[in-house]
Amino acid sequence: MTIKLLYFSLLRDAAGGTEETTHTIQDTDSISVADLLQRLYTQHPALRPWDGKILVAADLEYVKRDYLIHEGQEIAIMPPVQGG
Amino acid sequence: MLIPDTRADAVELSPLERERYARHALLPDVGIEGQKRMKAASVLCIGAGGLGSPVTLYLAAAGIGRIGIVDPDVVERTNLQRQVLFAESDIGRPKIEAARDRLLGINPHLQLDLYPERFTAENAVSLLEPYDVLVDGTDNFATRYLSNDVAAFAGKPNVYGSIFRFEGQASVFHPAAGGPCYRCMFPTPPEPGLVPSCAEGGVLGVLPGIIGSLQATETIKLIIGKGEPLIGKMVHVDTMTMRFREFKLRKDPECPVCGETPSITEPIDYEAFCGMPEPPPVVEEISVQELKALRDAKIPHTLLDVRGKDEITICEIAGSLKLPLPELSDRIDEIPKSPRVVIHCKGGVRSAQAAEVLLENGFKEVASVAGGINAWSEEIDSEVALY
Repeated sequence: MTIKLLYFSLLRDAAGGTEETTHTIQDTDSISVADLLQRLYTQHPALRPWDGKILVAADLEYVKRDYLIHEGQEIAIMPPVQGG
Repeated sequence: MLIPDTRADAVELSPLERERYARHALLPDVGIEGQKRMKAASVLCIGAGGLGSPVTLYLAAAGIGRIGIVDPDVVERTNLQRQVLFAESDIGRPKIEAARDRLLGINPHLQLDLYPERFTAENAVSLLEPYDVLVDGTDNFATRYLSNDVAAFAGKPNVYGSIFRFEGQASVFHPAAGGPCYRCMFPTPPEPGLVPSCAEGGVLGVLPGIIGSLQATETIKLIIGKGEPLIGKMVHVDTMTMRFREFKLRKDPECPVCGETPSITEPIDYEAFCGMPEPPPVVEEISVQELKALRDAKIPHTLLDVRGKDEITICEIAGSLKLPLPELSDRIDEIPKSPRVVIHCKGGVRSAQAAEVLLENGFKEVASVAGGINAWSEEIDSEVALY
């Protein structure tokens, strides 16, 4: 299955600097948010320290780690922000 | 209705006020009735900084009757790039005083309450008590959790905004109206040092103008009771692409503050919750004078700069090894274990964390430069830019 990944703010830098990428996962038609994050940490180790603090949205709706992502979804990956 | 009819009906608008608010009065969704609700309303703004500036300027101009501002800081030159409440001539003045002059200059009908203090677990409940709405314009996680919690306890809306570099977000957290709170979105704070502040990472000056204006708009909508508030929704703005995205937020039934069985019903120790204060200083600190003496005497050491690459473009101390804190653990092999490693950042917080990482990884002689490169700039070498 293929999904679209959108990285925000600092996580964009941690994931190599591009806002949008497509991500293909072989031999499956769904993956949990938690499993997707683990794959991304392997690909981009600089993301790993953010584990547990990353906000994930699927098609513009915030989802928890057990949510199952399906083909074609747009997954937004966002850090918490404190500035004011 | 946030402002009950009885309170709005009890308010009079003078002829001068009717003239001042004529463009509101023309709007069917505001009118004289909405303007009276605004005059009857009270708003507490936490922080008079990047967000607090546009929030208080627009709310004062709009005719909100009573505004409280909580901020213990004085105006600094580095504030002026984005904090449009303040002028060059305000540098060194308490923010609260400069804000008073500016806001009453815009609207003398305003009742302004000034709190030149930190918003803390001890004073937050009583500070919020007289107000209808809390606006979160703070710049740190501990105060954001505190603002969220006391607003939720009091059943009042928390109009949230936050900013970093070129991106910002805004929402209305209002559990009493059925929406989620900040904790539903962020149950636990990040470890200190993981998320840079604007002082560490920078922020586009106009960004708080955008996000703060969204907060002011949401505040007015809540008060006049019109439109669709950002309850259960978060707007994310990326100024580089000028994309506005709206995310749906879900209420967490297990939320410790607004869930079905809340476990937090009064303010907690937010510094401890957010991992502050900094861990005890087992790390040796050296002053910039001591660092200069080391360099002048050519005593062998590795000077390690753990700031981000964007900060390094502003200034650096010559001859340093550059390795940003987030990458330190993965690239620790690039640092020689001897001679002594002397670490600096901007102000001394991240360098102390980096020193701990090195000590945990078998380094023996490690020191953190107190005050960082800013102290170096102020006390040793004024050619090095202060930021």
